[in-house]
Amino acid sequence: MLQMTGAELIVRLLERQGVRTIAGIPGGAILPLYDALSASTTIRHVLARHEQGAGFMAQGMSRVSGRPEVCFASSGPGATNLVTAIADAKLDSIPMVAITGQVPLSMIGTDAFQEVDTYGLTIPITKHNFLVRSARDLLTVIPAAFRIAMSGRPGPVLVDVPKDVQNQLVAFDAYPEPAEREAPPPFDLAAIDAAAAMINEAERPVLYLGGGVVHGGASQQAVTLAEQAGLPTTMTLMALGAMPIDHPLSIGMLGMHGARYTNFVLEEADLLICVGARFDDRAIGKAAQFCPNAKIIHIDIDSSELHKIKRAHVGIQADVAAALEALLPRVKVQLRKRWLSHVTGLKSRFPLQMPGADDPRSHYGLIQAVAAALDDEAIITTDVGQHQMWVAQAYPFRRPRQWLTSGGLGTMGFGMPAALGAALAEPERTVVCFSGDGSLQMNIQELATLAEEGLNVKIVLMNNNSLGLVYQQQSLFYGKRVFASRYGRPLDFVAIAEGFGMRGVDLDASENPRATLAEVLNEPGPCLIHASIDRENFVYPMVPPGGANTEMIGG
Amino acid sequence: MEHVADPLPQAAFAKVVLELEVSNHPGVMSHICGLFARRAFNVEGILCMPIVGSDASRIWLLVFEDQRLEQMLRQLEKLIDVRSVRRHGAEHEVFERLESFFH
Repeated sequence: MLQMTGAELIVRLLERQGVRTIAGIPGGAILPLYDALSASTTIRHVLARHEQGAGFMAQGMSRVSGRPEVCFASSGPGATNLVTAIADAKLDSIPMVAITGQVPLSMIGTDAFQEVDTYGLTIPITKHNFLVRSARDLLTVIPAAFRIAMSGRPGPVLVDVPKDVQNQLVAFDAYPEPAEREAPPPFDLAAIDAAAAMINEAERPVLYLGGGVVHGGASQQAVTLAEQAGLPTTMTLMALGAMPIDHPLSIGMLGMHGARYTNFVLEEADLLICVGARFDDRAIGKAAQFCPNAKIIHIDIDSSELHKIKRAHVGIQADVAAALEALLPRVKVQLRKRWLSHVTGLKSRFPLQMPGADDPRSHYGLIQAVAAALDDEAIITTDVGQHQMWVAQAYPFRRPRQWLTSGGLGTMGFGMPAALGAALAEPERTVVCFSGDGSLQMNIQELATLAEEGLNVKIVLMNNNSLGLVYQQQSLFYGKRVFASRYGRPLDFVAIAEGFGMRGVDLDASENPRATLAEVLNEPGPCLIHASIDRENFVYPMVPPGGANTEMIGG
Repeated sequence: MEHVADPLPQAAFAKVVLELEVSNHPGVMSHICGLFARRAFNVEGILCMPIVGSDASRIWLLVFEDQRLEQMLRQLEKLIDVRSVRRHGAEHEVFERLESFFH
């Protein structure tokens, strides 16, 4: 018979689940759990400076490992600070288990100190959540949290544990088995046959890959399908890296900031094969005018995505890797010379324009110079805004999980703590976070965590002293009435980095930015690389919000 | 100018009765009601009781059958605490038999 407190039981179950690193911040209502964690010999705790940072560190770990990773926060403000990182994980389908302390059961509902209805707050932003009412329940709740987070469409799960439940003694015979991913649902082979026939008969098919291809480990199968059936292949923001960007069949990212030719190819498609994507408005523009001539095959693990935005002619709920495996032997080898040469023609007439790509002091040139100093083993994260879109357009992504970005929620402040998490999960890699001055300030306190952990994270700060994408929209769509998007005074980010105890390098002052980048990026340990960019550089092309993808401005 | 869609005049649609079998613990109702509320999908009637001799509850919902209903059903089926969803026509008597309590 085993006997221990609820807190000790949580720690044992996390250890048995294979959790090795937890990011978090302690506080009154979670101190019993921290006390138990302090005795763990296998789990390392990383002390964040803000709970949102801890949440994004867990996400960074999950996004590179594909496994659910864990963050801790206390009750009240600890839990509310975590909310943004949880919502971000929900919208990007990232497996994560957040464990929060709660006031004792007897005090719930009394407006006790640091009490907030964490369960109620997190219902719409989690895949599932639990309020644990007895230590015994932890034996089922903790494995269930991991199973739910990683099965089917992945997502965040929150477990709220009152302080008295953490301290409660529980006796039991044996530990539950660590959770495993549930087997994906069986799928309809007749639908696979129908899809294969549509692909074989199509004249102008396009393969449209989403983040589900990365989450489902289906990149290889997707590339094989494209090669076998001669399919030009577009990727959403979340899928970049699923097919190497320089693959001859890649037509790059679609949507609001996709290349003109990419959106034009989609306009002409007679068949759209959507795999693990969800027809997000930033990807497809005005839904009614997206791929107006195409039949649609939609494969997704989440049945509620099928027919949600666009009605599919064939909708298949399936694990995308398994569905693609089933599809491959049924799909004919085709060269599709006519369609592919037409695609090539569109590409040469309407390519992605990258002015200044040769100049490392320009935005595109900086991104390409960073890429040139690294190999494909590096992990790239971004914050949210203009720099994110420029990196999505210009960085040569060649492998899944190379690219971590906040796609669905679009959270400024994501990039640096996510980079920290990536470096915690895979310390042998170089992790580069492209950020902007607006985004970096949203979780800048995590520079302290980064410096303390000494991780190999390089922050490339593209500084235009403004909220660039807001400035861009006001300039383009609000009659140049620029308001609340420029900062009043510039910050000395190099001094800030140094103040946090890490190296800061000002690329503006470098005589040879390429040489400086090569030197700094290949030196182990954290560093902030500051580069000024011109506020008048906009992200092009751009589909006006609410417009059809063919109504692009610029580029 | 942006066109703001008017709320769907739900009364013009047929009514549907949904029968849900759910885990019986506090919080399940929040999950289900929240799903409808945040999509501005009106629930006309709701009734919930434990199923005798089991750890489950049964929830009856009266809703209008507009074009979003299929998506709502798929979302309901995704909830971990929802074990099954059955759909009945408006002729189902569960709400009719309660009508006398609402005069």
